[in-house]
Amino acid sequence: MAPSLSFALWTPLALPVLFALLSLTVPSPRLRRLGPIASSLAVLASGVILVVAALHDQVPTLGGVLRADALSAYLLTVVGAIGLVSTWGGLGGGGHSQTPARWAGSYDGLISVFLAAMSLAVVADNIGLMWASIEATTITTAFLVGAHRTGKSLEASWKYVILGSVGVAIALLGILLIYAASRATGEATLSWLVLSQPGLPLDPALVRAGGALAVLGFATKAGLAPMHSWLPDAHSQAPAPVSGLMSGVLLAVALYAILRVQTITDAVIGPDFLRAMLSVAGLLSLFVAAALLIRQRDFKRMLAYSSIEHMGLMAIGAAVGAAALPAVLLYMLGHGLVKATLFVVSGRILEVEGTPTIANVRALLVRRPGLAIPWLVAMAALVGFPPFSIFFSEVGIILAGWSAGMGVVVGIALVLLLVIFASLTRLTVALTIGSPHDALDHTPPILPKQVTPRATAPGDESDADREATVLSRREAEAGIDGAGVVNGVAHVADGGSGPEPFPMTSNIRVAAPFPDTVAVTVVDVVVAPDRSTHGPLLPLVLALATCAVVPFIANPVGVLLVRAAAVLGGAH
Amino acid sequence: MFETTYPQLIGLCTGTLLLTSALMVWRHSMLASIRLLAVQGLALAALVAVIGVQKGELEVILVAVLVLLVKGLGLPWVLAHESKATTRTDEAPRLNPTASLLTVALLTILAYVVSSRVLARDTSVSAHAAPIGLAMVLIGFLLLVTRRQARSQLIGFLVLDNGIATVAFLTSGGVPLVLELGISLDVLLVVMILYVFAGRMHNKFGNTDIDQLRKLHD
Repeated sequence: MAPSLSFALWTPLALPVLFALLSLTVPSPRLRRLGPIASSLAVLASGVILVVAALHDQVPTLGGVLRADALSAYLLTVVGAIGLVSTWGGLGGGGHSQTPARWAGSYDGLISVFLAAMSLAVVADNIGLMWASIEATTITTAFLVGAHRTGKSLEASWKYVILGSVGVAIALLGILLIYAASRATGEATLSWLVLSQPGLPLDPALVRAGGALAVLGFATKAGLAPMHSWLPDAHSQAPAPVSGLMSGVLLAVALYAILRVQTITDAVIGPDFLRAMLSVAGLLSLFVAAALLIRQRDFKRMLAYSSIEHMGLMAIGAAVGAAALPAVLLYMLGHGLVKATLFVVSGRILEVEGTPTIANVRALLVRRPGLAIPWLVAMAALVGFPPFSIFFSEVGIILAGWSAGMGVVVGIALVLLLVIFASLTRLTVALTIGSPHDALDHTPPILPKQVTPRATAPGDESDADREATVLSRREAEAGIDGAGVVNGVAHVADGGSGPEPFPMTSNIRVAAPFPDTVAVTVVDVVVAPDRSTHGPLLPLVLALATCAVVPFIANPVGVLLVRAAAVLGGAH
Repeated sequence: MFETTYPQLIGLCTGTLLLTSALMVWRHSMLASIRLLAVQGLALAALVAVIGVQKGELEVILVAVLVLLVKGLGLPWVLAHESKATTRTDEAPRLNPTASLLTVALLTILAYVVSSRVLARDTSVSAHAAPIGLAMVLIGFLLLVTRRQARSQLIGFLVLDNGIATVAFLTSGGVPLVLELGISLDVLLVVMILYVFAGRMHNKFGNTDIDQLRKLHD
């Protein structure tokens, strides 16, 4: 291998920043939208190059500050892959259509900066630098969470910034205590490489306090209970691609920070202290997710609580220690890819249905198979069906926990996982299965509210399409006002082809006054299911396919995971 | 000469830091809090400068200048500027002054108890003053939890941050300059973002009362 692979350390930092600047200056919205995708590709490509280097036993370094061992290289690839799925899949609309036009440039620019900050967090050898870049993600995502500029998104972003920055400030306090302890090595340092060496004469009391505070702070960012309360609000209010990025990338990188700190403390005070802390946080997260998923009504919040659940299980994996680490690392990739896919699809559902409430959507499989099928496949992956990698990660963590003598913890975790499995299945069935007229028994259909802002993204759809949209909306309203006269049926035919096919609602509504049997026939005859995927399908297919294939590849994926875990196990 | 005054100077600076924090809990007016924050920033810069002179390190003195610019002058100026631009509402905290000052006393004792365990091995003058930093962190938390106005929560966040900086300088003589720059920049940006959000809140709801942020829940 060529020795000059260290260029791959700065490309994931410099190129996204460059694309961010381009996003701010390029006037064409079409080109601007490619900025975040290009940034993701740059990060992914650099990650793959560093992975190749790691597999050839190379550890590229740059200036004593940046360093990519197998773990960093793997995490960089994960960041790039999840970023690619979120940004490419988000092309269809989601955040863009709902952002005011003059904010569109900064929206794309901030996503690129976010990716650069996440890349810096994983390739930084200095814990302080890692801290600064994780804090920088709070800054970049604050405006992304509040992009919709509604009262609710303002509330979500305020809570997010306050809790996020206070949590990360606590982590800084912890890191500074570790820094103070490191004076015992002769020269105070924050280099992870130096600090993670076994047998350093560090003050155990300082390291214990510092490690606890650092893990507590990063756990806030990772969405672990009881510091999780910002997560469901932020994830449900942010534009879909941003939710995907935060859930898949931000949480994983925060957990990565916890793993790095854990390595330092384990070498000084042994694994028991943080094991107890992470087990409690993990179980509490699973419990919170289980309790709040049972009665969940909002599909984006459902995904957010599912993120808390998965982070909780990953924390338990981290508590188990070296034996479970390959599974935890594989989990980060699988969960990120699947969750990014689901958030992208949820953004599309929200856009065409106009409501985040599960009860108001319903029967998606019959009405919009183009959205329901990716959703169902990704949900199957999320709740842990094989062949998707989440299944293997969960089994791996539970088995490793069992053999490490943490039978009680993984036993409780299994019970909570079953509750969560049942809740998620029930909610998904409510969202997708059923016939359209079922919706009548529960709630009156609601006209899409968030469709109008689509018009603010010029070039998104042709004028003719927009005309048709306005027309069908008017007709739909007429159908409701017209007290059950079947005048909404006329335009249903274009529902299958047009990009804005929501006449279904008016049709159902019109059918309401008839007896059920009649309603069924009307629906069966008239409804042409909407097969459009409302955005690029390829990133979703790639994400799910990767998630399904990766666990079966022993070389190089398995080798890489073992080496990355060995970095944390103290084996240098 | 300096060796004898050094402990006194450290004591003076940290005493000012603790006093300003306690006064911030006591005073409810936004403008008074901002002035106290400026005094606190100056005291922190002085503390860093004293440590720098004692160690004879130029880098630490540069950090002191940076702290002076950001925390002593920059942030208070931004806060005061913004506060005048919008209507001022005085704070009605959840705790009355007596109860909150009592809590401050308890938190300070707690900080000393915790520090005596964590920093038991360190017998230097600065390490003896380190509990003040921890007390400031806890007081910052108290402000964050008990204040109702968005901007007063921001003050709490800044006290918390000053407390962390105090701990850093007293336990390890400060962090490298590059890192200090990164940390200062992050804090500055967070404050600006929170100010933008507080402004949006003011535009949307007519005030910045945190209690109205209750729409999102399960």
